[in-house]
Amino acid sequence: MTTQTIAYREALRQGLHAALARDERVFLMGEDVGRYGGTYAVSHGLLEAFGEARIRDTPLSESAFTGAGIGAALNGLRPIVEIMTVNFSLLALDQIMNNAATLRHMSGGQLNVPLVIRMTTGGGRQLAAQHSHSLEGWYAHIPGLRIVAPATHEDARGMLLAALEDPDPVLIFEHALLLNVEGTVKGEPHPMELDHAVIRREGGQVSLITYGGMLHKTLAAADQLAAAGIDAEVLDLRTLRPLDDAAIMASVAKTHRVVVVDEGWRSGSLSAEIITRINEQAFFELDAPPVRVCTQEVPIPYPRHLEDAAIPQIEDIVAAVHRLMGGPGSGATS
Amino acid sequence: MPSPDTRPASGAAALDDPGQARALLWQMLRIRRFEEKCAELYSAGKIRGFLHLYIGEEAIAAGAMPALAERDHVLATYREHGHALARGVPAGAIMAEMYGKQEGCSRGRGGSMHLFDAGRHFIGGSAIVGGALPLAVGYALADRLAGRDSVTACFFGDGAVAEGEFHESLNLAALWQLPVLFLCENNRYAMGTALERHQSQVDLAAKAAAYRLPSESVDGMDVVAVARTTEAAVDRVRAGQGPMFLEYRTYRFRAHSMFDPELYRDKAEVEQWKKRCPIETFARDAVASGLLAATARDELEREVAEEVAAAVAFAEAGTWEPVEHLCHDVYAREVRP
Repeated sequence: MTTQTIAYREALRQGLHAALARDERVFLMGEDVGRYGGTYAVSHGLLEAFGEARIRDTPLSESAFTGAGIGAALNGLRPIVEIMTVNFSLLALDQIMNNAATLRHMSGGQLNVPLVIRMTTGGGRQLAAQHSHSLEGWYAHIPGLRIVAPATHEDARGMLLAALEDPDPVLIFEHALLLNVEGTVKGEPHPMELDHAVIRREGGQVSLITYGGMLHKTLAAADQLAAAGIDAEVLDLRTLRPLDDAAIMASVAKTHRVVVVDEGWRSGSLSAEIITRINEQAFFELDAPPVRVCTQEVPIPYPRHLEDAAIPQIEDIVAAVHRLMGGPGSGATS
Repeated sequence: MPSPDTRPASGAAALDDPGQARALLWQMLRIRRFEEKCAELYSAGKIRGFLHLYIGEEAIAAGAMPALAERDHVLATYREHGHALARGVPAGAIMAEMYGKQEGCSRGRGGSMHLFDAGRHFIGGSAIVGGALPLAVGYALADRLAGRDSVTACFFGDGAVAEGEFHESLNLAALWQLPVLFLCENNRYAMGTALERHQSQVDLAAKAAAYRLPSESVDGMDVVAVARTTEAAVDRVRAGQGPMFLEYRTYRFRAHSMFDPELYRDKAEVEQWKKRCPIETFARDAVASGLLAATARDELEREVAEEVAAAVAFAEAGTWEPVEHLCHDVYAREVRP
């Protein structure tokens, strides 16, 4: 199998191309996905390859085209709706929450919504407080939705394919800072299952639990910690709803210490949910209170120094681990 | 858009088919009597939650629904008992749904506001005002992309016209020339706020026309006018001439819901509209014109009373979904959250 080194953006594009090529029910719809080539150039070339019927530029009507995706999914197609950025998805929240998430249960199981919604998430590009948030944790609150956050290149192309095979609505969160990051993929795009978290780095002393854009910062932090003699394990959640509790608890049972790294705000967050589950299910495995590294509770500001201060950085993760390992009652043995 | 001289004739006098006259009266009567029973059962505590009655507006569902084919899709509002009945959802399944029984058309999960019957392409039952319009656009888009000639009919009220989803959806459907029939039941009140108090432009067809949809207003108290206008619109949409907008001018005789003291409108206004009751005017005219026998009304009343009684018995005999099934159907396969 040939190995390619490609940008995350290209991995997303390969996934879309493969999805459109293998199933004629699949079509892509969103703002500037066609002639413009995608706001982030993810869908560049797809209009030429698949035509205007299947690569559909929409008006700036997030609620209507997201709802239209739900309707088309209910009526037998496999739409991929692209929402430019997570903050804009709030204009379509009614459709996502009140229709996509509820229709199966509310209809007594008669309806299903095999819809995929992709959107860009996260900060770090000096785009200020209406383009930079990480709201995937909010969506992970909603029963009926499946929430995924591909962090690797193989997941970027393969989780889309798996999402299209899922009979329920799947929201895919793609971190904007990953778009230019290069990585390797093997062979042709193939579905990457949506059920399990994956250990991206084996370690024995502390579990760093994260996902999406924060995975890369967390892996870099783990490298720095290794240099300082701390052996960290990094768990990539991949799917935020439903959470892979078994993988989380297995890692905690192995390392007995945990740091959750989440670009969402702290209060009422996904990190809160993860730590609560650890307390519920693995409390007696813990040698120290769980710790989390989250975004500061402010709207993300424009200036670089303030944005950097708001969003978790590698040094914040490293510092949190050092505090955890060196703190009272840590019980460190190695 | 039909010019005035080709506009469908209206009123019972315009009909020449006794079978159709009988069917229209039967449909309006069963909706009326079914809902009167619902109100009674609500007071008796058998039906809970919100209950929005369609009484006064029956001519729309009864007149419009026969224009649609089995393969067409119907989306409706939270005031949709009449649409479900007219679409052919069994009265027993609807009543059982009101009771919250698992024999209900949504397995009891939805109640009055969320009647579904996928087999009959009856897609709710939506309680978010305007929320079904984007779905209708999507249904039509899928039919278009798959090369099917189905029409999607989406009912909504005048209140929905104030929602952004109305404007986004009409624009999108017109832009892509999709086979959607936007059917506005203008009963003059968005809950308790009169049309003049919530719209800067009260000519609703003019709003649709602004998106270049052929649009027409019709007397929603006249079941024949509703039927003829809707048939023409369905033909036009099915022929691939893009979406269309119809405004049915109607009036709700009862309160908005069971919790509405009706402080916002005069009793005299309600009484004035009741004189135009679609059932009474049609029955009177059909008998006067010799289309229906004088005994027809009583026969239909008996038939409808039996059906309603059977529906109540079906609901009463229904069973509660086991609590162990509470989390079924959140996802296609059981997912531990």
